[in-house]
Amino acid sequence: MALVLTEEQQLLRDTATQFFQKNVPIANLRKLRDSKSADGFDRAVWKEMADLGFAGILTSEKYGGTDFGPVGLGLVLEQAGRTLAASPLVSTVLLCGSAVQLAGSATQRQDILSSIAAGEIIMALALEETAHHNPTHIATKAESGGAGYRISGEKTFVLDGHVADKLIVAARTSGKVGDKSGITLFIVDAKAKGVTITRTLMVDNRNAANITFENVTVGADTILGSVDGGSDVLDQVLDIARIGLAAEMLGSIQEVFDTTVEYLKERKQFGVPIGSFQALKHRISDLFSEIELCRSVVLDALSALEARRNDVPQIASLAKARLSDVATRMTNEGLQMRGGMGMTDQFDVGLFMKRARVAAATFGDGNFHRDRYATLEGF
Amino acid sequence: MEQIEKFRQETREWLEANCPPSMRTPMTNEDDTVWGGRKATYENPEAKLWLDRMASRGWTVPTWPKAYGGGGLSKEENQVLSSELRRIKARPPLSSFGIWMLGPALLEYASEEQKQKFLPPIVRGEIRWCQGYSEPGAGSDLAGLQTKAEDKGDHYLVNGQKIWTSYADKADWIFCLVRTDSTKKHDGISFLLFDMATPGVEARPISMISGASPFCETFFTDVKVPKENLVGELNKGWTIAKRLLQHERDMISGMGLGSGVGSSASLESLAKDYFGESNGKVASAALREHIAQQKMDGKAFALTLQRTAEEAKAGHAVGAASSIFKYYGTELNKRRYELMLEIMGTKGLGWTGEGFTDQEIGVTRSWLRSKGNSIEGGTSEVQLNVVAKRVLGLPD
Repeated sequence: MALVLTEEQQLLRDTATQFFQKNVPIANLRKLRDSKSADGFDRAVWKEMADLGFAGILTSEKYGGTDFGPVGLGLVLEQAGRTLAASPLVSTVLLCGSAVQLAGSATQRQDILSSIAAGEIIMALALEETAHHNPTHIATKAESGGAGYRISGEKTFVLDGHVADKLIVAARTSGKVGDKSGITLFIVDAKAKGVTITRTLMVDNRNAANITFENVTVGADTILGSVDGGSDVLDQVLDIARIGLAAEMLGSIQEVFDTTVEYLKERKQFGVPIGSFQALKHRISDLFSEIELCRSVVLDALSALEARRNDVPQIASLAKARLSDVATRMTNEGLQMRGGMGMTDQFDVGLFMKRARVAAATFGDGNFHRDRYATLEGF
Repeated sequence: MEQIEKFRQETREWLEANCPPSMRTPMTNEDDTVWGGRKATYENPEAKLWLDRMASRGWTVPTWPKAYGGGGLSKEENQVLSSELRRIKARPPLSSFGIWMLGPALLEYASEEQKQKFLPPIVRGEIRWCQGYSEPGAGSDLAGLQTKAEDKGDHYLVNGQKIWTSYADKADWIFCLVRTDSTKKHDGISFLLFDMATPGVEARPISMISGASPFCETFFTDVKVPKENLVGELNKGWTIAKRLLQHERDMISGMGLGSGVGSSASLESLAKDYFGESNGKVASAALREHIAQQKMDGKAFALTLQRTAEEAKAGHAVGAASSIFKYYGTELNKRRYELMLEIMGTKGLGWTGEGFTDQEIGVTRSWLRSKGNSIEGGTSEVQLNVVAKRVLGLPD
């Protein structure tokens, strides 16, 4: 188990750290918000990220990727989490890129992977249909007819759905809602006839979309993987995204922790720094230990992906549950320890709290993943 | 590489020939632990045989130098030995505070003469040691200890009282912190060794909530200790004491990994037994979630121990992570026993006799014992203060 970084990985981390600190500081997020950016992220920054190889980090060199692998991607995401940098990394690279890499035909790979690596295309996974993550709750139907399929249904919380060029749609080709089998993935053009996309601006100022499909006609060649076999692909892809989000949350948690410790040393009340009070020392030290455990879990999850270990599902659930819970706790405590100032928009802790809640709810929170972990472990 | 494989082969053959059959079965209760010492009795003669055979090779302490009776093994060889012992499920031949705590301190701080005198009997399990640290007035504030050792020319005269002395009634010798300068706090403490059979030493077992009495109050009245039994310099004992505490904390934090009574059965199989299951799931949804949380935290903790070990191996300075082990490991262990009690319901609340299995009684007693984990060797609160001060740099 590689819990210690190689030299090459340390170098990548340093590059990423410098890039996000310098080019994508938290001020960027405020600017996007205050200027009511239609995209919700900075396209120039995304281009720079692609130039640095971040967009092609999971893609093999054959398709123009850098192939740094999951550990490399995790390092980049962690640094992005430190500055709350918004980008289509999760939607386009972790979810859709991975899905095409795993299940795509030779043509689909050729068409899509190099465009992703170059940062030329944005893709979104149209999966959720309810307010809670539930990858088998698929009512959206794809009925075969003629040369292809007709897709009808409603999707919600489609990350980056409003800016996507292409969508991967999970639709039911057989069985009933809740069945694991009978789900098929289709690659659908976002501008196809019958697709209606409504942007939903989330509390973390990032974007998702509600998408309606009304008799959208697609050819059989748009199927990604096998008919009725979409769940297997989804499981793997979602685990990659869960682990990636855990890495991003680790960065955010660490940032809030570090700045909170600083605040405890600076802020004075009763004539002394508030960090001298044991009531606060014990809480922040306890968080320190939780975060050390978070770091170990994230590193192990990334190396599990890299080594294609067969316990990826377990460690993905462990990572997503733990990081979601600790991110919630750390941001709550970070706000409380800053007192009234923590409640102001001027302080960043509120931005981190908002992002933490959305990241926690994305692809399963602690409750979802404790349940999944128990099932995977056979109890 | 070839050499280490040769070592593995030889070790395997030797263990096959020398580890008695009953020493390859799991220990069923606390009495199976071999502590050695002058007062030791061996209900199972194979336990003594196993101890003597391992001691003859120095393998009760595989990495100690051969000059003091140790095995003189390299790190790699020791790993091989450990894995071979695990392979045949061999019991530890000897458990002792001499091995875990005093020995490493002597190797670092004692004179050559002291090493020659005290280390070999530890290796052979002939002398059982206890630790004289805490006092009624010096718990978390250990350096406030008052037990006095007066310089009487050719000896020290020790007067005072210790408490929580583990197995003082069964031990042969004590390593003891004493005050040799009452005008200073940390710099007035010395590290003394003496025989528990010396006139003026009295150990009284304390009844604990678990029903067991592993700890004693220990009284010293005009105890004469030869001057050559001082380890290190006069008034510099605190340095040794701190190092020893580190060994103790490492030992205790291992508990978070879920060793001890009841650890062989997993929480989930226990829950299925006591609560029943439906469709392969623990019947109580609330309990199932608690078990999942416990297992996930346990796994995260184990990964952190592993990460620290890997970082150390890679030559990084031991990370800040190690400072949390005592705190997190013991809290985790306490939670685990609380959960086991919840799972077992009233079957986990029996005290003795009929109506309960040995395993059930064992879990109940261990649950009570576990409460001490976050007190002994530095309370959780003290550990958190240490993190705040030394790691986070928060002001006093």
